[in-house]
Amino acid sequence: MGRVLAARLARLVATLFAVTLLSFLLTSLLPGDPAVAVLGQDNIQNPELLAEVREELGLNDPIPVRYVKWLGDAVRFDLGESYINRGQEVSDTIKQRLPVTAQLAVMAIGIALVLAVPLGVIGAYKEGKWQDSTTSAAAQVALSVPNFITGIFLIWLFAVKLDLLPASNWNRISDKGLSANLKTAILPATALATTQMAIFSRLVRADMIATLKENYILSARAKGLGDRYILMRHALRPSSLSLMTIVGINFGALLGGTVVIETLFAVPGLGFRLINAINQRDILVIQGITVFVAVVYVVINTVVDLLYAVVDPRIRRG
Amino acid sequence: MTAQHALVVKDLRTHFTVAAGDVKAVDGVSFTLDRGKTLGVVGESGSGKTVLSRSVMGLNIASNSKTTGSVVYEGKELVGMSPKEMKHLWGTEMAMVFQDPMTSLNPVVKVGRQLTEHVRIHLDVSKTEARALGVELLRSVRIPEADERFDVYPHEMSGGMRQRVCIAMALACSPEMLFADEPTTALDVTVQHQILNLLNTQQRDRNMAMILVTHDLGVVAGRADEIAVMYAGKVVEKAPTKTLFKEMHHPYTQALLWSIPKTAQPKHTRLSAIAGRPPDLINPPSGCSFSPRCPYARPICREEEPVLISGVGDDHSYACHHPVGSPAGQEAFDKNLEEGLPQTLVAAGRIQATEDLPTTWED
Repeated sequence: MGRVLAARLARLVATLFAVTLLSFLLTSLLPGDPAVAVLGQDNIQNPELLAEVREELGLNDPIPVRYVKWLGDAVRFDLGESYINRGQEVSDTIKQRLPVTAQLAVMAIGIALVLAVPLGVIGAYKEGKWQDSTTSAAAQVALSVPNFITGIFLIWLFAVKLDLLPASNWNRISDKGLSANLKTAILPATALATTQMAIFSRLVRADMIATLKENYILSARAKGLGDRYILMRHALRPSSLSLMTIVGINFGALLGGTVVIETLFAVPGLGFRLINAINQRDILVIQGITVFVAVVYVVINTVVDLLYAVVDPRIRRG
Repeated sequence: MTAQHALVVKDLRTHFTVAAGDVKAVDGVSFTLDRGKTLGVVGESGSGKTVLSRSVMGLNIASNSKTTGSVVYEGKELVGMSPKEMKHLWGTEMAMVFQDPMTSLNPVVKVGRQLTEHVRIHLDVSKTEARALGVELLRSVRIPEADERFDVYPHEMSGGMRQRVCIAMALACSPEMLFADEPTTALDVTVQHQILNLLNTQQRDRNMAMILVTHDLGVVAGRADEIAVMYAGKVVEKAPTKTLFKEMHHPYTQALLWSIPKTAQPKHTRLSAIAGRPPDLINPPSGCSFSPRCPYARPICREEEPVLISGVGDDHSYACHHPVGSPAGQEAFDKNLEEGLPQTLVAAGRIQATEDLPTTWED
């Protein structure tokens, strides 16, 4: 186990290095001049001022030099400061925005799992029967509707028609308390959850159908165990490995990819900030958020890899 | 016999509906079994012996299967019972040991829990009691360090050890009937013997009725009280073990026996394989289903299906027009030899058997 862990960590570091390099290169290739964005329309005619700003931001250095400088700061958790909002540290922005996005992602995955696991299990247990075709059809619909459409529908239903929940905006737990916070979080989280739920339930169903054909399931039946007991205690765990993988990947994706939903619901999360930064060519913010999300993504997937061993004892002796 | 049999099976049929038609995996099987007795069911792959044991137990999971006939266990008719009703018998009254111990245990559940979970559910015992019972069971199937083994996962055990666990698992609720479906086929030869002896001892100690399914006549030779030989979903010969080995009448039984290597044989003796392949169970051959492969088969065998008959007061029954060891059989064999019927030449040791051996009757 110790050796496995060490190998994983080494791989993690290598991946992180590649991720930072790539995202740095990609953001450097973005069209538009950050100095122009900093100065605004009025001052771009002044070449001296422009050169001064470029020098100050370090934009005249070659890309490798800028990368090494940036990386040197980044490993000390200093991601630089925003070009546009001077004095605002990128790491502070992330610290402030992350809880919002993380809450949405956790809630979305949570809602999706709570619904998807039973649905997937029922689909597999009743394979080919009406329960299976109904849940499969529902999953198909949920998969094919983009989640901003789901979001708009939810706003129309719960905010406009029923007037139960606010259409947009965000209440922080620290300011307004948990229930006010949940009122603003539930709709965007649900909108994000529908797609995830569809994916998860399809996965559970497929893996479960394969598991139910295993000899040990027959042998459990021959012991006179009830169907529900067999499904939950014998079949679910061996059927959850691909689910775990996808949950990990999608959780990482949600952290960086809730842009549309955050914009739709005016949620002040990472994605919302990222879009602003892109619009403003605020390179260090873009880089900071991108790298941060990538790092979280890689870390989560490493954790998931290690969790396999918890679910399947055969992997423990790697 | 006036005493009630533990199990009375009458005209049991299990057919699977597939696109090409009905697969008649079990096609009219009857037998009785008493407590404390072992019935050996013997046949090659595809003869229907596994489906037979599952059909008796009601453990046919395929939704395209249909079982008819009658299985009376302790006075109760089992055919037609729903899986929900059958569940009360499984584990507690009837238990099964499966063929492959490597896949019959859940890889992610500890051995101890698999061994005792049904005990806890059926007999409502506490966790500590269940553990004590589980460790005791492991000891009874001669697993060393039973207390430690209770907490390991299946992959930490050898195949033989796992099959011992499977046997212990089947015995956990003290069932009245044990089905052992090829319990040693997946194991090393050295372990096979131990497992079979273990099954035998447990069966005797607990006075269980046992159905031992195997493709190997040698396995049941010293262990079954009665042997039923199956071919194409039907019992073709049935007799008390001693009688069967003394004078087998069905050519298929004889062929099965001849295909077992014997230590007394001189070195490099060719094994006598059975010519041809097991029959198509959707469209079985007309007449006797063994006739296309049978060295004793004459034209009548193709036209008329022989019925399972026994002499008066005789518990030896067989279904054959030209039984082995009878004048009719000898005559048929000699005629076939003269006519050069391939499978007869094989049986006489004149040529080597192959799967695709053409028979004279094929057009």
